[in-house]
Amino acid sequence: MTTTPTRPASLPAPARRNGPAPQSKVRRNAKQALAIWLFLVPAAVLGLYFKFIPMAEGIRLSFFKVQPFLGDVFVGFDNYLSVLTDARFMEALGHTVVLGATQTLGALVVGFVLALLLEGQARSLWILRTTIFLPVVTALAVVGEIWRILYFPTADGPLNSILGWVGLGPLQFLNGTDTALWSIAVVGIWSGAPYNMVIILAGLTGVDRSLYESAGVDGATIWQRLRYITLPALRPSLVIVLTLAAIRSLRSFTEVYVLTGGGPAGSTEVWMTRMYSLGFQRNDIGVASAAAVLLLVVTLLLTVGTQLLAKRKAAR
Amino acid sequence: MSQTAVKTTQRTPKPSAGARFDTALGWSPRFGPNMALRIVLCALVFCIFALPFVAIISGAFDRNSSPTDISLLPKTFTLQNFEAARQQGLWGYLLNSLVVAGGGLLLQMTVSVFAAYSLSRKKFRGQALVLLLVLMTMMLPEEIIGIPLSLVLGDLPLLGISLRGTVLAVILPVGIWGFSIFIMSEFMKDIPAEIEEAARLDGVGEFRMLFAIILPLCKPALGVIGIFGFMMVWDQYLLPLIAANDPSDYTLTVALAVLRNDTTVGPGVLLAGALMAMIPSLLVYLFLQRSMIRGITSGATKG
Repeated sequence: MTTTPTRPASLPAPARRNGPAPQSKVRRNAKQALAIWLFLVPAAVLGLYFKFIPMAEGIRLSFFKVQPFLGDVFVGFDNYLSVLTDARFMEALGHTVVLGATQTLGALVVGFVLALLLEGQARSLWILRTTIFLPVVTALAVVGEIWRILYFPTADGPLNSILGWVGLGPLQFLNGTDTALWSIAVVGIWSGAPYNMVIILAGLTGVDRSLYESAGVDGATIWQRLRYITLPALRPSLVIVLTLAAIRSLRSFTEVYVLTGGGPAGSTEVWMTRMYSLGFQRNDIGVASAAAVLLLVVTLLLTVGTQLLAKRKAAR
Repeated sequence: MSQTAVKTTQRTPKPSAGARFDTALGWSPRFGPNMALRIVLCALVFCIFALPFVAIISGAFDRNSSPTDISLLPKTFTLQNFEAARQQGLWGYLLNSLVVAGGGLLLQMTVSVFAAYSLSRKKFRGQALVLLLVLMTMMLPEEIIGIPLSLVLGDLPLLGISLRGTVLAVILPVGIWGFSIFIMSEFMKDIPAEIEEAARLDGVGEFRMLFAIILPLCKPALGVIGIFGFMMVWDQYLLPLIAANDPSDYTLTVALAVLRNDTTVGPGVLLAGALMAMIPSLLVYLFLQRSMIRGITSGATKG
């Protein structure tokens, strides 16, 4: 291919080496180099002010005892120690992992079931798929409010009435210390499963139909067909998406904050809500920043690890 | 690639090599017990995922809406809930939300298009570093940097101004979103260099190159970053919370908690607010549905 006109802009050196370039060309190259950076300026300014300065500030604060009027005092790793020895933070960590794992796996299984049920080209199926995608597009805060009503804990609350028809309940849902975390997980699954369904549906169309046919000829059961043809075809597209979703769930905040605020009796306290109440309500900014840095480091390591593994797998 | 995959999900008729091999579960297209089972299951799925929304809408228009007496049609139709919500400042919250969503999305898309143009159509020294920094911003969502971000918003370094309590405190931080920059530059990369060269020979400058030549070819990608960006901005919760000086600065999604705690009028007011918060995302979704699907599936294949 001929050299693209973008090339010389980035490499002014070779142009000079190749002898005197026409004046106009040099000026055009300089203009192009300027344009490259001009186009990056908005992103750079916003990124600096609202991502990197806060990040640096957060890291700095995590080493200080922050006192609004008395001046900050450097305390080394004390804040990190307070986080790691704080029983409530450790409890929150447990809740975060349980919630994240349940939501991610639950949304996967439900999404898979939905995809299998709604696979097909019929217009009615397409309409149904579009409809059940609503929970994904609705803002989490709205989803939370909807479920607070569905979970109304008296025997005549919406969900409890339905449970009553089949002779179960009534459950306390968000008000019970045993049920609250699971109730939040159900909301996460409800609003996450249709998203996975779309990914899985796209994967299903990629499965070679003749494989189904020959499996049918060989007398394979539906279960065997799923196990040996469908699942292997889906695995590559699902693994990474799910890992990233699991990592993202470590910082879930909105749904917990809206549904329970961490209660009752701290039974749904997750890392983010604990951090939030420390930082904004109790104004313990140093310790809260240390918790944020820990969360950042963990998500960073997990994400980079996942991507590296994925790359190595792809290369092989 | 992914685009074609999506299209096949929805439209392309399959050569009928025995319809029972068209789906993984082998659903039968003919009426019979198999199809009856499928219809029952579909109805169940519809109830689980869609009926809650119907109940919300009904409750918003019901005079005596209450969580213990929820129905799919309002028993006594009224607009009184919206009136009560108006007294609670519903329109102010909605206006905040719309301004933030409109402004934030416009800024975010502009910033992403500019950055993506440089990153994908040009080669320059330090490009790898810039890409790495963009990746880094994706690791720094509002949740993780919430506390220092609230300090920065209250006192911008160097400039020394406070954005808190203004819509800018939400609009500016959502302006930079790595996801959207990446989607855009992935798409721009695939535009053949010949098009650009031809235009360059005609003496087209950088801005016209971007707006008149490159962007019109990027409509699908613009749809994707449009709907994902809208959802990202509309879904912001922590950011409007920390950016507010007092509750009247809240966006509608955050203000729902305020409406909920108003005990004088009952949950109908909350439902009216929830309905108002749903409508914009619903409209955007209906218009940009294909972009949504395209975005999800391309993300799935790229990882």
